Amino acid sequence: MITKRIIPCLDVKDGRVVKGVNFRWLSDVSSPVELAKFYSDNGADELVFYDITASSEGRKIFTDILRQTARNVFIPLTVGGGISALSDFERVLSCGADKVSVNTGAIRNPSLIPEAAKLYGSQCVVISADVMRVGGEFHVFARGGRDDTGIEAVGWIKSCVDNGAGEVVLNSIDTDGVKRGFDIEMLKAVCECVNVPVIASGGAGSIDDFITLFREVPKVDAGLAASIFHFGEVSITDLKKRMFDENIPVRL
Amino acid sequence: MIAIVNYGVGNLFSLESSLKAIGHDIIITSEPDDLRSADRIILPGVGAFGDAAEKLFTSGLVQSLIDEARKGKPLLGICLGMQLLFTKSYEFGEYDGLNLIPGTVCAIKNVIPPSLKIPQMGWNSLNFTNKSEIYSRTQENSYVYFVHSYSAFCDEKYITATTDYGAALTASVQNGNVYGVQYHPEKSGNTGLDILRSFCEV
Repeated sequence: MITKRIIPCLDVKDGRVVKGVNFRWLSDVSSPVELAKFYSDNGADELVFYDITASSEGRKIFTDILRQTARNVFIPLTVGGGISALSDFERVLSCGADKVSVNTGAIRNPSLIPEAAKLYGSQCVVISADVMRVGGEFHVFARGGRDDTGIEAVGWIKSCVDNGAGEVVLNSIDTDGVKRGFDIEMLKAVCECVNVPVIASGGAGSIDDFITLFREVPKVDAGLAASIFHFGEVSITDLKKRMFDENIPVRL
Repeated sequence: MIAIVNYGVGNLFSLESSLKAIGHDIIITSEPDDLRSADRIILPGVGAFGDAAEKLFTSGLVQSLIDEARKGKPLLGICLGMQLLFTKSYEFGEYDGLNLIPGTVCAIKNVIPPSLKIPQMGWNSLNFTNKSEIYSRTQENSYVYFVHSYSAFCDEKYITATTDYGAALTASVQNGNVYGVQYHPEKSGNTGLDILRSFCEV
């Protein structure tokens, strides 16, 4: 049986992990290379590196960090943040990324997903959507959740998949940071209309939230979180043991 | 020295890094001479079969690849590289492979329930069917990372492991010194590194 994946997300700025990390047992708690290695050794199924720098200098540091990580960590690596052209795909893939996630870049440039899928294969193109409820509709937001594009989200995600995206990261702005569980309603709506893997993001506060996610949305493939893992509020080892006990397919 | 065949398909960074991490000298090459002088050969690959087969057959490497395999040199195909070892593929048409293992490559959608997603993307477990040296360090039911929409179909005697994705799909194959894995050992954590270690000792 294919397993449900647990994915820590590392936001990287100027070569450091931000959003706070609180591991006593790491010598350098904000080194992305060390943290990635730690997660890989402790049961993470995949890692997402998110580049939140804006400057070209920051981008260069990010790319160097990615290369160092990929030399030492042998699980799938997805890279996102600032992906707006095919040259960005090339830059991160040549440093060891396996998948590239596009967000605002796909909204601004509708040909980015089909062109990238043709060149690198659908398996390597991830559509990452920041979605929020606006007047009873799901809307896609751009620029890290700052701008309402007015685009209806479920149809838009489906069109991205039809155009070649091989995986979806659905980040609910409504539940993000609230730590009271994933956005089950939004995830169900998206999982019903696409037949590629869907990764749930936004809202995890406890092990129970992941159990609820996989029980309520059987079609979802993975749960992603950042600070609860970084702060040690949820240990991936404990989470996976609990999933095993609850008969959710998991890689131990 | 391990030669990684470079025929313009796929990203070799992780494969190179993983072999270095387990202490092996490697050469990424498009030269037949390097295939001849290497102790072992790895044929990687991602993407579509037809495109990859065309690049491989026009690379000038096919004859030496086949010669070295026939001489008994260990050869490992990974993912699409494994599929290329077979006789034919029916991915978007009909294409010839290297025919080092008799069999065909067909869409998994024909054999799995329609409720399952395509590609199979993620971690799935290995069920051993025939003994293979590449699993000398690996326990049955260990998890490895798959990304594929097509799968190899061949005589059971060549299949060394299957994986359950609504059907028993071919996870790895062996025909003498020719080995193939559908999954990505370079992305399968310590399990994958152990499989590469074992291949480097056969």
